[in-house]
Amino acid sequence: MADIELRRLVKEYPGGVRAVDGLDLTIADGEFFALLGPSGCGKTTLLRSIAGLETVTGGHILIGGRDVTGLAPGARDIAMVFQDYALFPHMTVRDNIAYPLRIRKMGRPERHAKAEETAEGLSLGGLLDRRPGQLSGGQQQRAALARAVACHPKVFLFDEPLSNLDARLRLEARTFLKRLQRDLGVTTVFVTHDQAEALAMSDRMAVMDAGRIRQIGTPTEVFQRPASTFVASFIGSTPMNLLDAVADRDTLRVAGTTLPLPAAAGPHVRDGEKLVFAARPEYMTLHREAEPTGIEGVVAIVENMGVGSLVSLEVPGGADGARIVQVTVPEGQEPEIGSRGWAVAAPERVLLYRHDDGELVGSERAGAGEPVLAGAGD
Amino acid sequence: MSPRELVGRVGFYVLIAVITAFMALPVLWLLLAPFDRTPTLTTSLPEWTWQNFAGLLDNPYALASLGNSVLLALGSMVVVTVLGALAAYALSRVRIPGRDGLLYALLLLSSIVTGTAAMVPIFLLMFELNLIDSQLGVVLVLSGGLLPAAIFILKDFMDATPRSYEESARVFGAGPLQILRDIVLPVVRPGIATIAVWTVVNVWGNFLTPFILLRSPDKSPAAVVLYTFYTEGGQADLGLISAFSLLYSIPVVAMYVFVNRRYGFRFHGGIKR
Ligand SMILES: Nc1ncnc2c1ncn2[C@@H]1O[C@H](COP(=O)(O)OP(=O)(O)OP(=O)(O)O)[C@@H](O)[C@H]1O
Ligand SMILES: [Mg+2]
Repeated sequence: MADIELRRLVKEYPGGVRAVDGLDLTIADGEFFALLGPSGCGKTTLLRSIAGLETVTGGHILIGGRDVTGLAPGARDIAMVFQDYALFPHMTVRDNIAYPLRIRKMGRPERHAKAEETAEGLSLGGLLDRRPGQLSGGQQQRAALARAVACHPKVFLFDEPLSNLDARLRLEARTFLKRLQRDLGVTTVFVTHDQAEALAMSDRMAVMDAGRIRQIGTPTEVFQRPASTFVASFIGSTPMNLLDAVADRDTLRVAGTTLPLPAAAGPHVRDGEKLVFAARPEYMTLHREAEPTGIEGVVAIVENMGVGSLVSLEVPGGADGARIVQVTVPEGQEPEIGSRGWAVAAPERVLLYRHDDGELVGSERAGAGEPVLAGAGD
Repeated sequence: MSPRELVGRVGFYVLIAVITAFMALPVLWLLLAPFDRTPTLTTSLPEWTWQNFAGLLDNPYALASLGNSVLLALGSMVVVTVLGALAAYALSRVRIPGRDGLLYALLLLSSIVTGTAAMVPIFLLMFELNLIDSQLGVVLVLSGGLLPAAIFILKDFMDATPRSYEESARVFGAGPLQILRDIVLPVVRPGIATIAVWTVVNVWGNFLTPFILLRSPDKSPAAVVLYTFYTEGGQADLGLISAFSLLYSIPVVAMYVFVNRRYGFRFHGGIKR
């Protein structure tokens, strides 16, 4: 078992793309760590650098305290599961799982016994003599996992292992993978572009953009207090409401409404400063009657989400015409399309971001480090 | 169907039948003439006899030359598949500037190596290398001519093999030769089989190179020996030629059928799933 430490890691591709840009990160021993970010942000590159499949251009990689920056992938004591699983098409499942052991010169009977034992644990028992082409997507994924598990690595690296599965299977595989990781206690880095996956599975997660980490924290922290408007708009199954706002003495003018400025934010904003008001649809309530702290609008769309619905209010005003504010309402309380409504945000859930750099109000400017203070009062 | 269409279709089939018959005639000749007591250049029902084959047994070089052909063909096959696979793997995986240009240039030039135009320089080169009248020399020249096309085709197969297979093996600690042996070669096996057969067929049928580079008749392959079958009168001995031609073509046809059954011929990469 081992922790992973990345120090000032840089990977620049020929042609000048900095896919990983001076990244510092420590992943604790036994942690299930998710790397989340939009397409092209450098997740795969980072994972492949840890694996040794990419030669980094700068910085150091330590696994279990040992500097592995210059070591070949095979010498790093890791196992990787690729997005396409990379099961060898000409080998049976048994030979596939046993292949890493064969490389380590384990005898045929031992490695086959080991493969069978591992396969049994991942409910692949009856499929050992099949070729990968004769397995379903979910079975292929488990076979790839079994191959990684059988060689007892210090670190697991997963590159979007669930993205080739259909929606239902993906949910099953999530639970399965989470339990497997918990049972084995192996440090795991998991790349995904699905925020729900990262929130559901990880102990801690990092949100990346353009080769840098924008926020690190537990899923709860990242979900409740996104460090910037970028993270805020990326996390959550319904996108966060982000509305332009202006500070006016002790108040905040948002979408034609005046709200009290959260007390904790007070010292950090200038009078007349442009801000971004942020509240999750789940943390807002819809009222049929006028509310002093409500944002008024006309119900434009109601989307059924199974439990409850997502209501889009069209809020007039602003230089750019109408704005949309989304609110979730409980089952059976869906409003009529075209009716008026007032969206009220729970004050303790409101976040304020600076308009210019998109960072949380009160956080240090253009520097690393934890935000000194999050937006709203408590 | 209108009468016009009917006439058109009938005409089409008649045309196809004529072309087929034209193509089939030489094959028919090859099947009948060897068993004819007095073979001619026309195809006719033979007076059955084994005498032509008996004649072959009396010829001192006929049967040995088939052995020589096998030697040359298998030698070239080994050289072309081994070197071709290694080169194609490297060219497919390593990024060097102008790689594709290099390959196309090689491919173009290769048709010259085994062609007629370069025979004089090749003869001189082999003379300098002391490889005249040596079967090794013939194998090297023929392989050199076939390698570029083999590399070209094999590279396509290698390109179509996902890199994640090799990367996965690398993470497990496999070295380059282990990866080639355990992963890449088995995956591109249909391509290797195609190249092997293609090489054998090419060498088997090649006349000019062994004819020029080999002196002693006991080293000559079948294609060259076939050329020496004359009667005392200086006439081509059609009996011997036809019988020998039949023997000469059987191995190639048999091999084609076998390999096609076993692997299937493919000239492009891609993994069957
Ligand atoms: N071999 C390469 N050569 C040059 N640039 C590359 C190479 N591989 C990736 N890049 C660039 O590096 C950046 C990061 O790529 P990477 O594959 O790590 O993104 P990602 O976060 O995994 O995206 P996705 O979610 O789409 O898989 C991208 O801008 C990409 O274009
Ligand atoms: Mg990726």
